[in-house]
Amino acid sequence: MSDLRALYEEVILEHNRKPRNYMKRPEGANRSAYGFNPICGDEFTIHMAVEDGVVKDVGFEGAGCAISTASASMMTQALMGRTEAEAEALFEAMRDLLTHDHPDPAAAGRVGKLQVLTGVREFPMRVKCATLAWHTMHAALHGVDGTVNTEEPEERHQCAIGGGH
Amino acid sequence: MNAAGGQPGMTAVATGAMTLPLDVETIRAEFPVLRQEVNGQPLAYLDNAATTQKPRAVIDAVSGFYERDCANVHRGVHALSARATAAYEAARGTVQRRLNASRPEEIVFVRGATEAINLVAWSFLRPRLQDGDEILLTGMEHHANIVPWQLLCQQSGARLRVLPVTDAGELRLEALDGLLGDRTRLVAVTHVSNALGTINPVAEIAARAHARGVPVLVDGAQALPHVAVDVQALGVDFYVFSGHKVYGPSGIGALYGKHEHLQAMPPWQGGGEMIQSVTFDRTTFAAPPLRFEAGTPNMEGAIGLAAALEWLACVGIGRAAAHERALLDHATRALREVPGVRIIGTAAEKAAIISFTMEGAHPHDIGTILDHEGIAVRTGHHCAQPLMRRFGVPATARASFALYNTHAEVERLAEGLRQVRRVLGR
Repeated sequence: MSDLRALYEEVILEHNRKPRNYMKRPEGANRSAYGFNPICGDEFTIHMAVEDGVVKDVGFEGAGCAISTASASMMTQALMGRTEAEAEALFEAMRDLLTHDHPDPAAAGRVGKLQVLTGVREFPMRVKCATLAWHTMHAALHGVDGTVNTEEPEERHQCAIGGGH
Repeated sequence: MNAAGGQPGMTAVATGAMTLPLDVETIRAEFPVLRQEVNGQPLAYLDNAATTQKPRAVIDAVSGFYERDCANVHRGVHALSARATAAYEAARGTVQRRLNASRPEEIVFVRGATEAINLVAWSFLRPRLQDGDEILLTGMEHHANIVPWQLLCQQSGARLRVLPVTDAGELRLEALDGLLGDRTRLVAVTHVSNALGTINPVAEIAARAHARGVPVLVDGAQALPHVAVDVQALGVDFYVFSGHKVYGPSGIGALYGKHEHLQAMPPWQGGGEMIQSVTFDRTTFAAPPLRFEAGTPNMEGAIGLAAALEWLACVGIGRAAAHERALLDHATRALREVPGVRIIGTAAEKAAIISFTMEGAHPHDIGTILDHEGIAVRTGHHCAQPLMRRFGVPATARASFALYNTHAEVERLAEGLRQVRRVLGR
């Protein structure tokens, strides 16, 4: 039970029950991307209204497990009012924390309460759930076409995200 | 098994097949993998529709081949090659008897059900398929019995037609005759649904298809471990299955094809083993089944598969099915008592497979939390996305039982689902 609690932290469960900025397509949304993990069936569309390099508003639609839903919900809160550069840095820090065995110690400081999501590292099969919203947001930010999928190996979806490298 | 069971044991099992209940603890003792803990709990392996565990008889047959008989088949004149060839061909005979095929040449060893379906698609159906022809599937097929036909359609201009599924998860048989048209070239249907557990009336479907002159392929991947299969009684043209779902090794399976069909079919893959003579101008091909077994086959797999089928026959498929039926009834009752659980697939004729969803709990969260309790279930779309769409769910959790599962494990599953609700705060 104890390490299961590390995955299903109360904060995560609360966001799963009441996701923030959910089923919302913000006014002036000008960036969006679709993420779909076909093996899980988790799918989210992230919408962002970016003005003068600042994320004015974010929302998401779709459905997924508790981890992917909470991750998307907490992400939308964390992105509000950030500059694009800050959103990019947050994405990098979260990716580092969620997927690397030895993340940069400074990364934890940069993500604040999002750190609660990193309990997923103990459950390798569920990491893709936590990263789906983040990679989808990143694709939206960069205007990358196509479906984001975090079930594929890291290198491959990095290619997709980078847009045809 | 021969040595361990002995003649008296064999006789007792055979005569008592329908009367003696299964001694589950004795069965479990033959599966080394079941003697372990997962996350500090005894393993409750309820993912048998994905793959089954292997009894000692299968493990010994495979390791015995490596330790005593390993040589290439149909090649050398030396002793080991002769023994390997004899064992491999004996395995073919075992599959033939277990399916009640009329002759061993009707059994082709393949990688699994998927490869068998692809073989029939490209070697049997492709040459006779024309623009506007139709292939009739059902709404509960595994992707393995959809995608190969779709690939054929793309090349030939043929199209798929689909026999629909009722809310209970049964085939809408009253629609069958209407879908069997002048252009129908094949009916491909699963014997047992991997996602719902439904046992389909394939003999009746085959009879109705044959009345219209349409050949029938049956995907038996989920059927072999649960029901006695007699391809002649079923009257089907092709029957395919995978070894790993019937207590045998993975990477091996078999295609049963009526001799008249196999005889007339061109090779599918070229290579060694499947030829009679080769020059750079032309090659003449071996007769079935070797015509369809290009390259060195999975010898230890075939031998392990035969051991699995013999072992299951010794236990008695009727006794196994009766035990699994009791587990299914128990699990159905127990899951219905868990708040928020919806069972998908409530056919009258079912194998021991239960797909379900739970209000407020995504299948993947169910899977993780049950795993924490040592309970292994499958979550996801079960390679049956069209069926998931039919029932309006992106995914389900699925508990699938084998003859070594116990009623105590059913209770643990139900309690585990209550734990899911507690963990997720529902």
